[in-house]
Amino acid sequence: MSIQIPPAALAPDTLDSEEEHGVGLWRGAFRRMRRNPTAIVGALIVLGFLLVAIFGPLLTSYQPGSAEWSGQVTPTSVPGPSENHWLGLDRFGSDMWTQLVYGARQSLVYGVVSTALGLTVGAALGAIAGGFGAIGGRFGTWVDTAIMRVVDIMLAIPSLLLAVSIAAVLGQNKYSIMIAVGVAQVPIFARLLRGSMLGQGQADYVLAAGALGLRKRRIVIGHVMPNSIGPTIVQATLNLATAIIEVAALSYLGLGEADPAVAEWGRMLVAAQDRFDVAPRLAILPGIAIAVTALGFTLFGEALREALDPRTRK
Amino acid sequence: MPEMTVQAEPTLGVGRRTDVLLSVRDLAVSFGLRGQKSVTAVDEVSFDIRPGQHVGLVGESGSGKSVTALAIMGLLPKRGVEVGGTVEYAGRDLRSLREQDMAELRGSDIAMVFQDPMSSLNPVVTIGIQLEEVIRRHEKVDKREARDRAEVLLRRVGIPDPGRRLGEYPHQLSGGMRQRVLIAIALACGPKLLIADEPTTALDVTIQAQVLEVLKELVAETDAALLMITHDLGVVAGLCDEVNVMYAGRIVESTTRARLFAAPRHPYTGGLLESIPRLDKPRGTPLRPIPGSPTQTIPWTEGCAFAPRCRNKIDQCTETSPALEKLADRKLRCFNPLPAEADRNGVDE
Repeated sequence: MSIQIPPAALAPDTLDSEEEHGVGLWRGAFRRMRRNPTAIVGALIVLGFLLVAIFGPLLTSYQPGSAEWSGQVTPTSVPGPSENHWLGLDRFGSDMWTQLVYGARQSLVYGVVSTALGLTVGAALGAIAGGFGAIGGRFGTWVDTAIMRVVDIMLAIPSLLLAVSIAAVLGQNKYSIMIAVGVAQVPIFARLLRGSMLGQGQADYVLAAGALGLRKRRIVIGHVMPNSIGPTIVQATLNLATAIIEVAALSYLGLGEADPAVAEWGRMLVAAQDRFDVAPRLAILPGIAIAVTALGFTLFGEALREALDPRTRK
Repeated sequence: MPEMTVQAEPTLGVGRRTDVLLSVRDLAVSFGLRGQKSVTAVDEVSFDIRPGQHVGLVGESGSGKSVTALAIMGLLPKRGVEVGGTVEYAGRDLRSLREQDMAELRGSDIAMVFQDPMSSLNPVVTIGIQLEEVIRRHEKVDKREARDRAEVLLRRVGIPDPGRRLGEYPHQLSGGMRQRVLIAIALACGPKLLIADEPTTALDVTIQAQVLEVLKELVAETDAALLMITHDLGVVAGLCDEVNVMYAGRIVESTTRARLFAAPRHPYTGGLLESIPRLDKPRGTPLRPIPGSPTQTIPWTEGCAFAPRCRNKIDQCTETSPALEKLADRKLRCFNPLPAEADRNGVDE
């Protein structure tokens, strides 16, 4: 479910072409991304998604889940695009466009919160394990091993299954879905950050920092971490895509938001199921919304990874 | 800084002297993981450095120079590494110091300049911060004062527009500038001993000379003692008072610079000198390389490690291991040394 990034992907390199001169790592990455069509497409999609999610209420005059026009919906027909509803109605008689717009907001909140949760917990675990493992000596290795074995156990459980279990235990509410999707991401971030920190721990500048008598904590936080965090940030961008899909999947399975007044892409798919023969757009439209959003984050994340990877710098 | 004793005749004494800054005795380092045969990288290494003295440690790749430096600094990994012998700094046994106490010494009393200026600087941290953090680690100064001192340091190592450079990242500087920054960082807290591990190897020849000049000036200015680790006899000639030549982890010849260049006694040292061009030989004289490669060694326990490549080899060389003998003017580990040419002219003593 996740795209593996080589731990060394971000280790800034020795290249300094004329163009690179005078440019910091992140600013250089930004410049490279601006020249990359993939990055631009990804960024535009992400930007569009963000705008729709944030300014949704300005894009429609209806309320989500209102079922205002439920009288027009019959078992054999769902009204299609019309003057007042340019994407038609959904099967409960709400405005389809309004549902999609508000659904974007849901997806953004769920995606960001769950990824942020996974990132925070995962990166914290990874940083502790990696920091101790990199320069903590024998005791550090022990701490590293202990943490990573727990993470390995988490990793052994398929993420969707883990999410289903957590959602099942915590009950059907919006927090459980965020926690479920977030927890499923923890091992990815933990392993990624730990791996790159262990790699950076071998770097010459860490030895040099030791030769200056810097304290171990300072070396880990001030030197190893900043060099290791890049792949993790890229992974977070990529994980947003996965998180949005997983939230939709969990909602589809009936583990998501319980309030019918809240529009959610995954649930729109469920609702579309039994009308697929009469109004396929009910499934296709939210399907496209999910796919395009996930694609946007993936393209953006991939481009970011490439831009930061010294080996692909031209 | 105590007054330096200027000695007419450089001493080669092994005995403990009160004015010795660093005393290394029988240093031995071997690498090996459990269950595997360990490899001895450094053995029987002993030398002294007096305050302000410049000592060279010369040898080719793999001769144990860098390992010696890391062992002195206590920076070798703990696992799979065995260190023997003693390292005394200003009368304190460094090897029995607690890690925290050793960390206090590193960077303030004993500093080190590494070989590769690119990888020894953190690529994502500005050089200003990298300078300031050393100063603030060892001295009680606030951020502003640390920054001012960092700027002064950069100016002293000859970096133009230091105020602006402080905010730049290592990749924005040229190789020579980076090495100057490393020298500035190493000298930031006024160390009494500077260990320079091949500080110019990664640089262009023209830049090498500039960086050496900066190093030489600053070391002289600050009265720091210098342990110069190099494979380059030219660097030794320009910088060191005394020279220790290492081969396969042991010191094979140890004497003053003048004596070493005037009359090398160990065939390895002689070979090194003959393999570089000299102004006092006619032009076109072919250089005589040392035959073979450093991989052709025999363990010191079975004889002289240099024997397989040695022109002066005698039977004894592959039968017993030569000890480091103390002669009148040097220490030498050889059964059949080159002839003494004490009266040879042309080199100032």
